[in-house]
Amino acid sequence: MAKVPVQFTLNGSETAEFVDSGTTLLHTLRDKIGDTSPKGGCHQGTCGACSVIIDGELRLSCLTLAETCDGAVISTTSGLSENGILHPLQRAFLDTFATQCGFCTPGMIMAAKVLLDHTPNPSRDEVVEALSGNICRCTGYEPIIQAVLTAARSNSQNAA
Amino acid sequence: MELRKNYFADVRKDDLHEIGQPRPRSDSPGHVTGKTAFFADRTFPGMLHLKMVRSPHHHARIRSIDTSEAEKHPGVVKILTAKDVPHNVYTILILIQVGPEDETVLADGKVRWKGEAVVAVLAETERAAQEAAAKVKVDYEVLPAVFDMEEALKPGAPLVNEYHGQNYYLYDSGECRKVRFGDVEAGFAGADHVLEQSYQSSPIEHAPTETTGCVVTPEGNDRFTCYTNTQAMFFTLDNTSIILQMPGSKLHFVGGTVGGGFGGKVDVIVEPIAILGAKLTGRPVCFIYSREEEMQISSPRAAEKVVIKDGVMKDGRIVARKVTGYTDAGAYSRHSPYGAQKGAGHYPGPYTIPNVWIDTYCVYTNRTPSSAMRGFGVTIGDFALEVQMDKLARLIGMDPLEFRFINAYRDGDMKAHRQPTEGAALIECMQEASRAANWPVAEKYLAMSSYVKGA
Amino acid sequence: MALALQTFATVKDANAALKAQGSRYLGGGTLVVRAANEGDVSVSGLIRSTEPSLSAIVVAGGKVRIGASVTMAAIGGHPELGMLAKAARAVGGPAIRNMATIGGNLFAPAPYGDFAVALLALDATVSTEESETPIETFLANRDGSRAIVTSVGFTLPPQGGFRFLKVSRVKPKGISVLSIAAVLQQAPDGTISSAWIALGCMADRPMRARAAEKALLGRKLTEDGVAAALAAAGEGTAPITDPIASAWYRAEVLPVHLGRLLLA
Repeated sequence: MAKVPVQFTLNGSETAEFVDSGTTLLHTLRDKIGDTSPKGGCHQGTCGACSVIIDGELRLSCLTLAETCDGAVISTTSGLSENGILHPLQRAFLDTFATQCGFCTPGMIMAAKVLLDHTPNPSRDEVVEALSGNICRCTGYEPIIQAVLTAARSNSQNAA
Repeated sequence: MELRKNYFADVRKDDLHEIGQPRPRSDSPGHVTGKTAFFADRTFPGMLHLKMVRSPHHHARIRSIDTSEAEKHPGVVKILTAKDVPHNVYTILILIQVGPEDETVLADGKVRWKGEAVVAVLAETERAAQEAAAKVKVDYEVLPAVFDMEEALKPGAPLVNEYHGQNYYLYDSGECRKVRFGDVEAGFAGADHVLEQSYQSSPIEHAPTETTGCVVTPEGNDRFTCYTNTQAMFFTLDNTSIILQMPGSKLHFVGGTVGGGFGGKVDVIVEPIAILGAKLTGRPVCFIYSREEEMQISSPRAAEKVVIKDGVMKDGRIVARKVTGYTDAGAYSRHSPYGAQKGAGHYPGPYTIPNVWIDTYCVYTNRTPSSAMRGFGVTIGDFALEVQMDKLARLIGMDPLEFRFINAYRDGDMKAHRQPTEGAALIECMQEASRAANWPVAEKYLAMSSYVKGA
Repeated sequence: MALALQTFATVKDANAALKAQGSRYLGGGTLVVRAANEGDVSVSGLIRSTEPSLSAIVVAGGKVRIGASVTMAAIGGHPELGMLAKAARAVGGPAIRNMATIGGNLFAPAPYGDFAVALLALDATVSTEESETPIETFLANRDGSRAIVTSVGFTLPPQGGFRFLKVSRVKPKGISVLSIAAVLQQAPDGTISSAWIALGCMADRPMRARAAEKALLGRKLTEDGVAAALAAAGEGTAPITDPIASAWYRAEVLPVHLGRLLLA
């Protein structure tokens, strides 16, 4: 079958791939491009482990076909730290022990990033709502919520 | 975090430097940057995808298997059936002398639960494997099935697993694990009250966010590297070695990073067949459960039934306890004979009771094989025991926490299975719980000690 | 055959392509891509259209027309559709709402399809290139539906006239035990002059609670007033059984939740 060319900006870099038509973005990112930070937990849109940010919106890469992302701007957790310096969310997840097995973490961080991009000082309820599509089966939700609130505080301190 | 160093202050050195201090987890930097390598984060050129054809029936004889159409499907590289597996009948605990081998890697002549693996299809793409799997024709003769443990134990019930010959695991002690301590009938006869209650649970799925799976690559020298999320690395290596009749030196297992396990990734299920596929095709193979397979196929915590009969005195002492436990293994043993045995050792709970009688059965039914999960064999039992303790306290009009102080085991007490108690600390935990939960108890209980005689 | 996606600028061309065997329309992907991921090999061709009208929301003269590709997030955040925000936000988590479309929701099997329950209570019409169909008829025939849904239209109820409740076991968000939407009109004395009540999870697709609607007419929203409606709520229902709840449980709790919605 003929391959389809797809071009998008991934974590600030121009990226181009030839994919099989019908291939998901998750598969393209992980197995073609080599960015394995989005995880495939359910491939049903239920667990949120594959969450990425496409044109500023949180999306599930397991249900998004790569071809539909032509020209898009895509961010994943692997692109968050700059020059080896952790993003405030990554720092906060470390400091508040918000990771256990780590499988849900990249998706959680993406969901949290979209929230803080739009709502820099969220309430606890807003954090819970923003993470409501992401499952942590180690059930460490409380430290994750704390991590997002901590990152929001450190952002606002830096801005002040 | 607060450390209460006053407990046991006189029996240990106050030299805790690490405990109570926050220390960064060594794996967290990888987790937050997405750099932690889970097994499925590896991909290899030419990797094949393995999909399993599964039984749609709870119990059936396989009359025939026709893979001819599937073999012709574009992209299909290899199709495996029972005859391809060098040692097709296995049981995981054979490594610790628990037998007999009672489970097939690929079904041979019979399926005993809905979802049992029958035919493995290896293809160039996941889609091609799925399409070819749909073309495998299996002719089944459906047999009567049994789903309830008590039904399974009745005479004339359908025989689930011929390797056992009856629907329960035969221990060296007979049809169940037994603990006998004191004279339980005399205990009941002398008790002020006797309370018999039964408790039961349904299977529970671990539902890890990362599904079970492995990626295998041939190293070109008859050696195979298997990237896996097993929680039981050496169990898996050794059992794979037996199933594939390959020396362990030919198998290189890489693991240690598990995206949630909770005990659900200790069965040796995906690795042997994936390595066999890599061996027979000479190509890398991945076998990763779909979410539906994770929920329906991977072993859950066993369903259990627990019947507890207690004799209790008005002053709060439990004088006799008789427990009959049933563990639903499903169609195959996996870790369940061990789970049921753990139950026998665990009852009568952390309480000192002079007369105890325990029977625990490991029962076979046509349900999904159950296996390990967080404290399997004791967790459901603890639920039953502690609900029973509350009921007993209510029966004699006593505070439930004080009732537990009266019966708590302490250092030096002989347990029903003849292990002397040491390092109990139950009294101290309950004292702290009483304070932390603001559930006051009489001063005499706060003066008790696990290890000071007479206190 | 591998999965292949074809994109068309017009609905007309997409409709023509959809006639091919094994093809299905791709909206937000939350139903079709999910099915393909889970091994449904009956779908080999995915068709979509990028026609701009599919993504438009038009509110004029109390009438609303929402293009089939409009997402739950777009409805939830639209300034003039505030009364529907609760129903739109009841669907999935944030990522799902950025993808799931109103057109797709019409096809979501129970326990999904909470927004379609709202549309049923609003007595919406469902449009294709060729026709406009009352939603109840559309839902009844959806399994055989082949023409691409282009938009959904309805009349905005008066302020406070629309009520919606989704019941889940997981907080803040979970799959429905059931969902209920109601559009009620009250006479000046408070008696109900018109009632449209739609239920989710009480059949394999959204359904009207006609007996309850009838029992509300001429009554007031008091405990006594709604009693007959609650008693009749289960009439004609055939609740689904799934891992979230049994049919028995859903039938038992329906009157309780309907009561809470009506008396809120």
